[in-house]
Amino acid sequence: MSVAETAGEDIAITPELVAEHGLSPEEHRRMVEILGREPNLTELGVFSVMWSEHCSYKSSKKWLRQLPTEAPWVICGPGENAGIVDIGDDQAVIFKMESHNHPSFIEPYQGAATGVGGILRDVFTMGARPIANLNALRFGSPEHAKTRHLVDGVVAGIGGYGNCVGIPTVAGECTFHPSFNGNILVNAMTVGLVDQGRIFYSTAGGVGNPLIYVGSKTGRDGIHGATMASAEFDDDSEAKRPTVQVGDPFTEKLLIEACLELMATDTIVAIQDMGAAGLTSSSFEMAGKGGVGVELDLDRVPQRESAMTPYEILLSESQERMLMVLRQGAEEEAARIFEKWELDFAVVGRISDTGRMVVTMHGEVVADLPIAPLANASPEYDRPYVEAPAPAPTPEVEHTDPMVALSTLLASPDLAEKRWIWDQYDHLVRGDTMQRPGGDAGVIRIGHNGKAIAVTTDCTPRYCAAEPLQGGRQAVAEAWRNLSAVGARPLAVTDCLNFGNPERPEIMGQFVGCIRGMAEACEALEFPVVSGNVSFYNETQGAAVQPAPTIGGVGLIDDLAHMAGLALSETDDVVLLIGETRGHLGQSLYLREICGLEAGPPPPVDLATERRHGDFVREVIIDGLVDACHDVSDGGLLVALAEMALAGDVGVEIEIAEGGPALNAMLFGEDQGRYLLALPETSAAAVLQRAADANIPAQRLGRSGGKGLTVNGVHTISVAELRRAHAGWLPEYMASPST
Amino acid sequence: MKSVVIIFPGSNRDSDVSYAVEQAFDRPPATVWHRDTELPDCDLIVLPGGFSYGDYLRSGAMAAGSPIMREVVTRAEAGVAVLGICNGFQTLTEAGLLPGALLPNRDLKFICRNVHLRAEAGRGPFQGGYADGQVVSFPVAHHDGNYFADPATLDQLEGEGRVAFRYCDAEGGIAESSNPNGSARSIAGIFNAAGNVLGMMPHPENHVEEAQGCSDGRALFEGLARSLA
Repeated sequence: MSVAETAGEDIAITPELVAEHGLSPEEHRRMVEILGREPNLTELGVFSVMWSEHCSYKSSKKWLRQLPTEAPWVICGPGENAGIVDIGDDQAVIFKMESHNHPSFIEPYQGAATGVGGILRDVFTMGARPIANLNALRFGSPEHAKTRHLVDGVVAGIGGYGNCVGIPTVAGECTFHPSFNGNILVNAMTVGLVDQGRIFYSTAGGVGNPLIYVGSKTGRDGIHGATMASAEFDDDSEAKRPTVQVGDPFTEKLLIEACLELMATDTIVAIQDMGAAGLTSSSFEMAGKGGVGVELDLDRVPQRESAMTPYEILLSESQERMLMVLRQGAEEEAARIFEKWELDFAVVGRISDTGRMVVTMHGEVVADLPIAPLANASPEYDRPYVEAPAPAPTPEVEHTDPMVALSTLLASPDLAEKRWIWDQYDHLVRGDTMQRPGGDAGVIRIGHNGKAIAVTTDCTPRYCAAEPLQGGRQAVAEAWRNLSAVGARPLAVTDCLNFGNPERPEIMGQFVGCIRGMAEACEALEFPVVSGNVSFYNETQGAAVQPAPTIGGVGLIDDLAHMAGLALSETDDVVLLIGETRGHLGQSLYLREICGLEAGPPPPVDLATERRHGDFVREVIIDGLVDACHDVSDGGLLVALAEMALAGDVGVEIEIAEGGPALNAMLFGEDQGRYLLALPETSAAAVLQRAADANIPAQRLGRSGGKGLTVNGVHTISVAELRRAHAGWLPEYMASPST
Repeated sequence: MKSVVIIFPGSNRDSDVSYAVEQAFDRPPATVWHRDTELPDCDLIVLPGGFSYGDYLRSGAMAAGSPIMREVVTRAEAGVAVLGICNGFQTLTEAGLLPGALLPNRDLKFICRNVHLRAEAGRGPFQGGYADGQVVSFPVAHHDGNYFADPATLDQLEGEGRVAFRYCDAEGGIAESSNPNGSARSIAGIFNAAGNVLGMMPHPENHVEEAQGCSDGRALFEGLARSLA
């Protein structure tokens, strides 16, 4: 094969070839304009990944700018590998969430595993040691033929990777809905800890500085993964299996240790992981940010297979690889560290002042591209959108016995206990897990002076589908509430925006509505977005997923002595409800699971009220007045109360005033901005007084004790029976034979 | 008292166990790299949890052949206390310091959760930790923790009082329902014949203070500190 052939210079760039690369004729025209000539095949491949939806955010950029990204405690917002937030004591947390939806559907174990690997790299590439993993999973209907296999593979893949690397997986969510039958969502989040003086960015600089490749060798796996994630599935999605990468968590572990060891020296100018679009994307982004050029010699790239073409080397998405710019002369010191960890280390190029990326192989130039237009001037679309129609009012329904409804709800797929999942995740490694999975937020301590961070992921896709604006608000508000409920001060969020095909105006309308809602909530709650990811084309043959703007929230606890958990562990505690209950059943799980209806508007989110109630609850927790706290969300008041009783194995009796809305609407309505508190009698009086002074709705519901959950003295069920319902569903489902 | 924690490239509970040892010994353990060939003078050697070399082969199999393990075996045979937890236990069986093997869990899934354990009579330097029959709670976090040995070996271990811990229920009862991984005779940890080597799957180092939800593991390290003082 001649050099010209390996570069694909003799292959004609036909309209079909352009279309196969997922580029529009207009994008091709721009490409020719930027180059001043027709690209060769290698260059076309590079353009196609850089301008893919996944890498360029071309459909979403315009709207992402609406999101607030600043606060006094934000050190670095979107645009870097991950966001950075100040947590005091010269420390910071670095975090991001990312989707791995398409690969996980095709190959659940490896797709999910490499999703974890990718997000870990985004965080440690900035100098942080990862300290917590989270994941938000959305599967299709449990009755769908593929669901059980996908749950099994995704959970094993997440565990297989995170457990080996040794990062605790401490929180997350897992829900089911038929809209995900053809496109599951696997969103993975990592939080890392860094000293503020040791943060690393990806801006390349210093003409003549060496460009270093470290980690695994490059193979043919994952070529065009980013392009795959930028198209919807059709009948041949199975044929895309070869574009799914294979993870090696042991190498990732070595890479973390080696990079952190090197970062403790003064040798790195810039560093970036090779994620989607591999070597192409990382070198372009680094040089683009620094306004410099780069010379890349592909012969020096460590390769796993023989006779790879430049096209393949540049577009490979082989995992566990990093690219760094070092200070000149630091190569030897860096090489020594990577030799210690037995990782490949190669000088593959250098920084130039040309502003161009010049790639050579076998002594010949195989690609020569101007960086700025490619990296910074990728297309931006203002796609047409139509706003989602306002939902019809919630229909009147016949109510059933509340305790039968409660036990049915607790055994429903979305509310059933997810222990089967988190038992497969090492959530204790590193010894700093202060709240384990199953509560409102995971809590990880930072050192031993009482400081900790709280982490959560949240989104209610059925709300977003019914009314995107409210759904966007609610996703942010619920994350904020979950952090407040453990006593943490919410700091910032990362988002992972999962939608269908943006070329359809109704999907774009969902996107625009959700972003607007998120922006309002982030603003009102002083909870800025510092990093994120957009995943479009989550649809198969025209059927899109419910929109899911997953929010990953991080909060700070100053003193672990005043943290709250949800377990009702004391008997004779007073149970208080903060917030107002109107009995809103639209889009509730009660309506869906008990009445068989997915109907009505979602509960409205009043952001000023959210803020007041959350600030109040956090204050009384920090003041040490509260034994337990839980936010009221999916399933409503009685489900939240049952979750507290189950966690602490203590019963509770409550009284709900009758005469207003139906009792079941009061018990299962999903009105927002509410929290349950359990506290001793003496504290209850003080909290009620403070609530009255602050004009916060607070009411005494009842008392903990006994072995059952009782409402108004007549409706009762034992905690043991609730536990059978709650704990039974998932293990029984996973153990039953495939349909 | 001097202690050492061996660091394999895939060790990941090394900082957890170092913290637990430091709390009990009032000084942090030294760390020794897997490619080193010499150990400093020490009273306790710890093999931590993790995935030593990725464990793509049998768990602990490659670690058992690492340069430092020759020295660990020599010291163990000379009577130095050795504690292998999780991957460390797997490595000790692969290295021949303890009998039997750790097979994949009965359900073929990774398991991370608190379990109850019944401590049996301690031996050698591990005597001071728990009373015979005391029920304690440690978490497990492993994929390959299903202890296997032939019946004669199991009889011998039981006959010689070399079972250190068994999985049990909250009251100390032994039953298959309280055996998380299918281990033979619910065995969670064993001693060598001399009593100076202990291998165990559960993680006492993750239950050393109330903030972690339980501090039952502390006594194991404090007992060691007293014995080795």
